[in-house]
Amino acid sequence: MDIQFTPEDIAFQKEVRAFLSENVTDEIRRGYTGGEVDPDIMVKWQKILHKKGWVAPNWPAEIGGTGWTITQKYIFENECADSGAPSVIPFGLKMVAPVIYTFGSDEQKKRFLPDILESNVWWCQGYSEPGAGSDLAALQTKAELDGDHYVVNGQKIWTTYAQDADWIFCLVRTSSEGKRQAGISFLLIDMKTPGVEVRKIDTIDNQHTLNEVFFDNVRVPVENRIGEENKGWTYAKVLLTHERTAIAGVAQSKKGLQKLKEFTAQEKVGAGVLADDPLLAAKIAKVEIDLMALEYTELRAIASVSAGGAPGPESSILKIRGTEIQQAVSELTIEACGHYAHILNDGEAIGNDMSWVASAKYLYGRASTIYGGSNEVQKNIIAKMVLGL
Amino acid sequence: MNFDFSEEQTLLKDSVAKFIQNEYSYEARQKNSQSDAGYSEKNWSTFAELGWLCVPFTEEQGGIGGGPVEMMIMMEEFGKGLVVEPYFSSVVLSGGLLAKVGNENQQAELITGIIDGSKKIAFAYNESQARFDLHNVATQAEKNDQGYVINGNKSLVLHGASADLLIVSVRTSGESLDRDGITLLVVPANAEGVTVKATRTLDGQRAAEVQFANVAVGSDALLGEEGKAASVIDQVADEAILALCAEAVGSMEKLYKDTVAYTKERKQFGVAISGFQALQHRMVDMFTAHEQCKSLLLRAVLSYAAGDSDVAKNIAALKYQVGVSGQAVAHEAVQIHGGMGMTDEMSVGMYLKRINMINTLFGNADYHLQRFAELSAA
Repeated sequence: MDIQFTPEDIAFQKEVRAFLSENVTDEIRRGYTGGEVDPDIMVKWQKILHKKGWVAPNWPAEIGGTGWTITQKYIFENECADSGAPSVIPFGLKMVAPVIYTFGSDEQKKRFLPDILESNVWWCQGYSEPGAGSDLAALQTKAELDGDHYVVNGQKIWTTYAQDADWIFCLVRTSSEGKRQAGISFLLIDMKTPGVEVRKIDTIDNQHTLNEVFFDNVRVPVENRIGEENKGWTYAKVLLTHERTAIAGVAQSKKGLQKLKEFTAQEKVGAGVLADDPLLAAKIAKVEIDLMALEYTELRAIASVSAGGAPGPESSILKIRGTEIQQAVSELTIEACGHYAHILNDGEAIGNDMSWVASAKYLYGRASTIYGGSNEVQKNIIAKMVLGL
Repeated sequence: MNFDFSEEQTLLKDSVAKFIQNEYSYEARQKNSQSDAGYSEKNWSTFAELGWLCVPFTEEQGGIGGGPVEMMIMMEEFGKGLVVEPYFSSVVLSGGLLAKVGNENQQAELITGIIDGSKKIAFAYNESQARFDLHNVATQAEKNDQGYVINGNKSLVLHGASADLLIVSVRTSGESLDRDGITLLVVPANAEGVTVKATRTLDGQRAAEVQFANVAVGSDALLGEEGKAASVIDQVADEAILALCAEAVGSMEKLYKDTVAYTKERKQFGVAISGFQALQHRMVDMFTAHEQCKSLLLRAVLSYAAGDSDVAKNIAALKYQVGVSGQAVAHEAVQIHGGMGMTDEMSVGMYLKRINMINTLFGNADYHLQRFAELSAA
């Protein structure tokens, strides 16, 4: 057991810091501030990372990953968050890519992975449906074989950034026989295919993040199916554990907490500053303690993964506590902003410059305990898979 | 001892409840909220016709002499409908100040105007550096032979952009944190030197940032005693807290009931999700939180009506608990609605945003917890 950085780690940290301070400009920081992203800036940033060879630390080194140790990954995550760099959009790099490189054919790997690595294509995720949320296996979007094509009909919902996506990876029903999970296939669908329609969902944070995606007789070549027909559930499950680990957002929460502390230390109230308020200070301290615990829980999980295999059901802890902490940080941030957190941004910031981003993050953040498998579902997973209940 | 409403109070409750039920669907509310003024002039006229605008004023002032119980009844129903009309800002805040310290002329002209719906008056009390301290007033008013000249900025003036008149707290003497030296002045919203920047708030209501640059008003603008406004501001703040908490309690009731109804409709894993015990217990907690807040509301309202000595403690306790429990109930409502709770199609998110705003107005939960601790220290 050893948690000290080696001299190599410290050298690596210096290298990462130098790279970030040179490349993370104010423009890049604007790529993602709350819920909504600026796709052009994100592509620009991801291309910078790719050029350096650092865009896909989670991929195997031989196909474009970094080959970093877990300590190096940890350092990189933290330094990125600290610099204010936006997190990469996960749908391509962190979600569909592992499925393609693990279960896809050589043909599919050659066709899709380079464009993901270079951020030439933008992906979105077609899992949830109006009747299939927490109960994902209830999905009904149908894909029927017609010659060398599937004909897809149905609807997906809560599709993040579908408005900017070139491709969508979907779970579709290819059989209604046997267990529900055994009739699902994993399809990659070009969003430009006739019959695909994206509709915006108006959300409480007043931003455009979520969409519905409709499929009306959409013809998808059979070669766009990953792996075997009716085995899609197995592939998706692997992906979901990756997604859960990514959702924890420990480094981002650390940065958010640090910004909050800086804000309270300089925000004048009466004759002092906001940080003088012992109740607020105590609440911030409690969240910080939660976060210290989660950081080590995450490191323990990563360490066991690097010793072999995919993240296990304990990744559900990361998802639960990670999102709860994100929400706690965002709640304290709007509390700190006072009245200004409740004014709608009509294009011109009013009051302190922290407040608008704070309320957008807070409101969009209510979704974090719902998406990626709601926290209630995560608790069911722990109860069943870990505690054997 | 009983907690029953009188016959008149029951009639008032039924009248407001019926209006909310029939005329104030969430769709209608959103339409009014998004109109130019941010509310419906037609509804405002209806409020006047139904006599709601005169409720808190004495018979001599043209009202019906309603007290905190009547106000609670109305605001609780308004909270169920997320009412956007400027009742709180014009009747509770400005009406409260005028009724308490207005001179004969001011009452005759301005309270009459509020009651018949012809005048809307906003109370500009908040400043950016003050956070929740109502006595932290940096806006200055210099006295001269004709009256006063005002300079300074007011923030988050509720319904400030649709108001005909502003009641402004200004400093006529002392330092910005002093209790003494605060004065109230009535200023026409279109007076020279007044710049009103309209803002929309996240809860679908309206506010304004208001600048005063050498705004000259006559000595008849003085409302109450010069330099002695702190105590009337405090008194109106107490009434404001009672009204806002009643509104929040109405919203909490709507939230737990809507959530229960939604879980009975929503099916996952082949059954209605209302059957899951993990969710049932959380909805029981929401229900309990609402009942506890309602108890603190009644406690504070009745002690205010009776003029009890522990009224300040009761009000601080109420505002703290409504702040904490209101947000908790609203967060749970969004969570249990799942993705639907994130959409503007459902109203739960709007209740959350309104409850958060109420939590911030006139001191948040921590502010009142601290106040309570000071008041209850041995």
